[in-house]
Amino acid sequence: MIDMPIQESAPLKAEARGLSFHYGEVRALKNIDMPIRDKKVTALIGPSGCGKSTYLRCFNRMHDLYPGNRYEGEIRFYPDDANLLAPEIDPIEVRMRIGMVFQKPNPFPKSIYENVAYGLRVRGESNKRALDDKIEQALRGAALWDEVKDRLGELASRLSGGQQQRLCIARALATDPELLLFDEPTSALDPIATGAIEELIHELKKRVAILIVTHNMQQAARVSDYTAYMYLGEMIEFGKTDEIFIKPQDKRTEDYITGRMG
Amino acid sequence: MPSPLPDAGRVRALIARGKLKDTLFQAVGIVFLAVGLLVIFLLVGDMAIRGAARLNPDFFTHFASRRAAQAGILSAWVGTLLVMLVTALAAVPLGVAAGVYLEEYARRNWMTEIIEINISNLAAVPSIIYGLLSLGVFVYALGLGQSILTAGLTLALLILPIVIVSTREAVRAIPESIREASMAVGATRWQTCRHHIIPYAMPGVLTGVIIGLARAIGETAPIITVGALTFIAFLPPMPFAEIGAGDRAGLFDWLMSPFTVMPIQVFNWTSRPDPAFEVNAAAAGFVLMVMVLSMNGVAIWLRYKMRKNIKW
Repeated sequence: MIDMPIQESAPLKAEARGLSFHYGEVRALKNIDMPIRDKKVTALIGPSGCGKSTYLRCFNRMHDLYPGNRYEGEIRFYPDDANLLAPEIDPIEVRMRIGMVFQKPNPFPKSIYENVAYGLRVRGESNKRALDDKIEQALRGAALWDEVKDRLGELASRLSGGQQQRLCIARALATDPELLLFDEPTSALDPIATGAIEELIHELKKRVAILIVTHNMQQAARVSDYTAYMYLGEMIEFGKTDEIFIKPQDKRTEDYITGRMG
Repeated sequence: MPSPLPDAGRVRALIARGKLKDTLFQAVGIVFLAVGLLVIFLLVGDMAIRGAARLNPDFFTHFASRRAAQAGILSAWVGTLLVMLVTALAAVPLGVAAGVYLEEYARRNWMTEIIEINISNLAAVPSIIYGLLSLGVFVYALGLGQSILTAGLTLALLILPIVIVSTREAVRAIPESIREASMAVGATRWQTCRHHIIPYAMPGVLTGVIIGLARAIGETAPIITVGALTFIAFLPPMPFAEIGAGDRAGLFDWLMSPFTVMPIQVFNWTSRPDPAFEVNAAAAGFVLMVMVLSMNGVAIWLRYKMRKNIKW
């Protein structure tokens, strides 16, 4: 498939506005502004500890699970035009609409079927037919169906690492998220499994907005439409991926991309 | 072998010395292990041999008696089973709830620190103190009497710290990524606990329950303190069994029944002057050991079944 040229008019799915984040006294993110466009892949790159994952985890309010964390600023979410970080917004509702895939595959020690079913069960779905349908769809969406359709009752831990990660993607897909967060989804995988996940991301962006953290610059270049370079909790540069990689505006971005730093 | 090392001889001597210590430590370890096991086998074997004469079906189906040859352990083993049932039913839900609360919900502050330290302290409180506490609270204040319920709750208190500590350890061993995976699809904290944390912690909890029940089953002091009788010639009423003319027992009447337990029976028999009772004591002691071991066996089997499915 040939990518359509990116139109600036691609609708916004979310937008960080003046977003800062504090772990206790430590200010981990500083005043970040960034648009996340619908049905596009936005990649976050930058050296370890620059705050990419911290930023990503703001979107599904993962930081709320731990005491002492504090957000400042806003993440507008569209089409609602609501601030995801507002105190009156229930983080559980946020997580029901925004899915996440983690760095290390983290399937539940349950069957393949139950792993994908979990999000649906939490939403009160108990109809076996409806569950079966949605689980098949999700597994197909994660390009895993053909490999597991005959052994849905088997334990997820029996799958290979790459399959487990695709299972985690299916788990996130099953509940039809509007935005998918990927936190270095291939860092624990071999090149072949990585390729499969990248291809999958390419497919998924037809239906959902994607925000992905990656350590791997080639990966950002391959999968994303937009790229943000972060350094020490700040967003240094944001732009269309080809522009960032071909002619970065900021010296620090250029140093990182060309391997002089990071 | 030609050696490229200039001082190969010295290095080899060094290695040989190191290996000698290895072997020595192994030998010492094996000896100590053997001593420990031997003592247990001797104790159990000795009891089995000395009590062999009384280890027949009648021993299990007869009540205590003044004549040693006719005395049995019917009320004692039934009492022990029922008390253990109450203990487990009370201690497991309470201990798991407390442990999960402390790990998953409670904020880390000085209050939880104090609670934590005191739970460990509770595990070290002499059992007689629990007996005194229960005498005051369950027997007198709550009016539960000298019943199976009182004894079960007393022993439940006794093993509660063990269950709580093992629950906390099991919960802590669950990777954070599992909690995050659950919360990330929109589960609440309770759903995460109910569907993930508690089931995955269960094998570890069972370990604590095994240790706790094994301790509780042999406890004598607190049970005597709350007033278990030593001579019981009847069984607790079966649910819905007929008791008297047209009268039926309720489902939970057995809870309020007087009772005795195995260790008390053993103690009672060993304190008799007639040496014939020593045979009974040995036989009952052996039965108690078998009860403990089979209880542990069941728990270990359950734990194995559960663990088989849990892999991170």
